[in-house]
Amino acid sequence: MSTTAVERPLPEGGTEARRHRGTGLGTLVVILLITGVASLAVGARALSPAEVWHGLFAAPDPDQRLTEIRLIVQTVRVPRAVLAIVAGVALGVGGALIQGFTRNPIADTGLLGVNAGASFAVVTAIAVFGFTNPFQYVWFAFLGAAVAGVVVFGLSSIGRGAGNPLTLALAGQGVTVFLAAMTTAISLSDQKSLNALRFWNSGSVAGVGFDVIWPVTAFIAVGLVLTLTTLPSLNLLNLGDDVARGLGVNIALSRTVGILAITLLAGAATAACGPIAFLGLMVAHVARYLTGPDYRWLVPYAGLLGALVLLISDIVGRLVVRPGELDSGVVVALLGAPFFAGLVWRGKFKSA
Amino acid sequence: MKQTGVGADAGAEAGKGIAPDGAPDGVTDAATDAKRSVAPGVRLGRLSFVWRPWMVLITLLLTAATFLVFCVSIGVGDFPIGLSRVIATILGRGEQVDEFVIMDLRMPRALAGLVVGVALGVSGAITQSVARNPLASPDILGITWGAGAVAVFLVTVSGGTATAVVSSVGLSAAALAGGLGTGLLVYFLAWRRGIDGFRLILIGISVSAVMQAITTWLLVNADIRDVARAQVWLVGSLDNRSWDEVRVALWCTLVLMVVVAAAAFQFKPMHLGDEVAAGLGVRHSRVRALLLLCAVLLAAVAVSAAGPVAFVALVAPQVAMRLVRHPTPPMVASGLVGALLLIGSDLVARAVLPISLPVGVVTAAIGGPFLVYLLVRANLRQTDR
Repeated sequence: MSTTAVERPLPEGGTEARRHRGTGLGTLVVILLITGVASLAVGARALSPAEVWHGLFAAPDPDQRLTEIRLIVQTVRVPRAVLAIVAGVALGVGGALIQGFTRNPIADTGLLGVNAGASFAVVTAIAVFGFTNPFQYVWFAFLGAAVAGVVVFGLSSIGRGAGNPLTLALAGQGVTVFLAAMTTAISLSDQKSLNALRFWNSGSVAGVGFDVIWPVTAFIAVGLVLTLTTLPSLNLLNLGDDVARGLGVNIALSRTVGILAITLLAGAATAACGPIAFLGLMVAHVARYLTGPDYRWLVPYAGLLGALVLLISDIVGRLVVRPGELDSGVVVALLGAPFFAGLVWRGKFKSA
Repeated sequence: MKQTGVGADAGAEAGKGIAPDGAPDGVTDAATDAKRSVAPGVRLGRLSFVWRPWMVLITLLLTAATFLVFCVSIGVGDFPIGLSRVIATILGRGEQVDEFVIMDLRMPRALAGLVVGVALGVSGAITQSVARNPLASPDILGITWGAGAVAVFLVTVSGGTATAVVSSVGLSAAALAGGLGTGLLVYFLAWRRGIDGFRLILIGISVSAVMQAITTWLLVNADIRDVARAQVWLVGSLDNRSWDEVRVALWCTLVLMVVVAAAAFQFKPMHLGDEVAAGLGVRHSRVRALLLLCAVLLAAVAVSAAGPVAFVALVAPQVAMRLVRHPTPPMVASGLVGALLLIGSDLVARAVLPISLPVGVVTAAIGGPFLVYLLVRANLRQTDR
């Protein structure tokens, strides 16, 4: 699935290693683009490359058939491919970041409580306001995810713990636990919410239009910019707090920016697709295997791998139970987990 | 300068940890605490242990509290019974009416809560200690989701036809098989010339994710009425327990606890690292395997008796650790905290809340904030000194 030019961990530093990593990154981008185009052709109705081309670029045509293709490509296939890439990048980068900042190799973006916060907000929106349309509760989901992330970070910052990785992970669990309980309580007493929740929970990149995708992408872009600013200090932080402080890193500031970035990335992706478990965790480990521990390389790899995995999962989900669909969140887990477990068993991973 | 009661802080200096693989080891870190190293040792024949009055005191208090809540919980219901009458009946000196209500009707539920709480607490303490990761709980090792997937399959797919056939006992048995099967699958997949805590967790997460995906998929395709039933089971509930179910769970748990107690003595030195433990004469991989097997079995028994009650296994050891101010999750106290949390939550669910909710909702609603409270308090206390 992610066979790149790089096959084994490379020696640290050196122009040689850097060139290899650069080539790998380039290869990933190319594979991602090809997969993206393939994703436009696949579906309940398979399209030929020529038809995809027409659907994308042909001027409005009186020919009924071409108009229909235009409709399929531009309003259904393109949005979901774009969303898969955007959300996949966000979840992959978010996963790599949170493992770095918490120094916990099993940390996932769900750890900050964003998934639980989003689910809770969705259920509340449905139960209280009677919303039925995903377009209406996307914003609640984002709000819930962001608030949960901020609360978790705030709680873990009280006192001297400030941004302490373990405190953060445990506070995240605590808040997740509480929100999940509230979500269950509401959904058990309100069948409409339960019904919506089970669909939202499975995670999917389908059925969302550009009116949602653009704002979500904007949030993710801000998250990515913040990410870029934290990468050098993240490398130093992983040498231990004392060393990092000695080398002049403002630990509290760096962690705050990092957590903010994770919240934006994971919150926006979760709001648009629902909770997609396991993706961030998995690609962060695969990226670490490919690049070694340098976060300046690891994070971009994780982002591209995240996009690739989500895109492929979406395509597979459209193919396996035709004419129905398997939600991409489900496919990510069903495909990714055995693959990941195999790599783990062969001893490919070291802890963060 | 580092404080014992705040293992929460330990991960910050992960570099100083004892974990050989460099994994975050907040669970084990505070072992270097200077205060502890001067604690007096006690020797009884071949056994020796450190005398920790605080730990003993807290454990006794927890036992008393658990017994008290247990009795109060039995007393509460449509036919309320006073605390003294409950205790008299349990001791075999009660009146006939009380005897019937308590022993026949309410005892199974209360005992189920006790047993499940203890089993989950101890199971969590073992997995967190072995994996040296406070997030490692039976939930992460796939046991609960494996049981859940099987149960949801029975409830939703076989649906109407099997509803009559699959009585709650059949469901429990299937869930037990599902949980056990998944736990053992994770164990064998993670086995590679021994068990490494880190590999175990990663494999566990993978298998868990698959089970969770299957469950989600089943729920998406099911009839909404079945979904509600499955949801209640997935949250965990103590409703309608019978003596038959409780008896099985009780005996299984008792036997397993004896094994755990025997193995735990050997486990202690392993917090110092495998090499040191081997030097002290501990066969570390065997002890670890045995303890993990017990943890899997305990969790599976608990899940089969009450469903995958949320987060008890995660929260109880962490709470116990901070209460007894011990650097690693203490087995006995973890079990007691688990029981207290479960019985207490069941009591709240029945006696306090306006609508009836499964116990799992309440354990989560109480356990989550309490964990956060302990964290915040520990951090604040540190600031003062």
